[in-house]
Amino acid sequence: MQMTVPLFAEGELPRYARHIALREIGGPGQARLKRTSVLVVGAGGLGAPVLMYLAAAGVGRITVVDDDSVSLSNLQRQVIHSQDRLDMPKAVSARIAMAGINPFVAVTALEARLDAGNATQLVAGQDLVIDATDNLPARHLLNAACVAARVPLLSGAISQWEGQVTLYDPARDAPCLACLFPVIPAEGLAPDCASAGVMGALPGIIGAMMAAEAIKLITGAGRSLRGRLLMQDVLWGESREIAVHRRKDCPVCRGIKGEDA
Amino acid sequence: MASIDVLYFAWLRERIDAPRERIETEAGTVADLMAELVARSDRHAAAFADPAAVRVALDQQLADFAAPIAGVAEIAFFPPMTGG
Repeated sequence: MQMTVPLFAEGELPRYARHIALREIGGPGQARLKRTSVLVVGAGGLGAPVLMYLAAAGVGRITVVDDDSVSLSNLQRQVIHSQDRLDMPKAVSARIAMAGINPFVAVTALEARLDAGNATQLVAGQDLVIDATDNLPARHLLNAACVAARVPLLSGAISQWEGQVTLYDPARDAPCLACLFPVIPAEGLAPDCASAGVMGALPGIIGAMMAAEAIKLITGAGRSLRGRLLMQDVLWGESREIAVHRRKDCPVCRGIKGEDA
Repeated sequence: MASIDVLYFAWLRERIDAPRERIETEAGTVADLMAELVARSDRHAAAFADPAAVRVALDQQLADFAAPIAGVAEIAFFPPMTGG
């Protein structure tokens, strides 16, 4: 006799009651979350809320990749880490925090730096990849791997008081990163968090938006940011949504045949 | 003369020190307008010193620097953000 392994563990389901109560998610959406594998690259400012909310939401399998360790200046915004985990690898610290929130999520913590040698392997088999890295070369590397694997790439980025969020997905007629931003800015134009500073709650705002977009995408709720770039200026209260599109001559994704999302 | 709202994001906003301004212009294209902006102040010149990585949206639609701006109400300039 063939046994069916239940999707949810005993005692797990009640924690998702507020999601199940939502018409747009419900039981079927919660089951989809449970069956989903997500790769999150970066366990820093943006990775913190993304990982915490996706763990809390019951995403079945979460892989987190980061080669950095927790330092004191991270704690002003990287709320997944804590004082008692200083100097610990961020991937490990993040796994401890996620297990504390929801022990029913299978978390793989990789103390590694995304590079040309491991990007393809990391992306393979994932339903969704989330870019929470802190530099453009890594973002382009991850973009190329996702384009080749036809995996949607939910991308967030921040700068001082502002953030951007979009869903790159050329396999489903949305642009890839290289369509939208083909040129990497010259050295010094786009200062990093260390030299330019970043307001502590900003990655919380942008990262929580990314987590919400991931939950929408997985459950099929509402309208995703596919083909739309959201920009949020927290300092001045300006926000804009820009309609974006694939570039026919994009060197990264021009060979990818799009389909309707 | 057309009156256009110009929005700046990220390092452009920081260099110009304002999130938006209203510009009276007779510029025909985005590139013409950028040349006018560069001549406006040192801050504008610094913001557009290396526009290669800057993108532009006309009325919330991605466009390029050669696009005409007749009839456009809002132009947003934005670069890729990098931090995480």
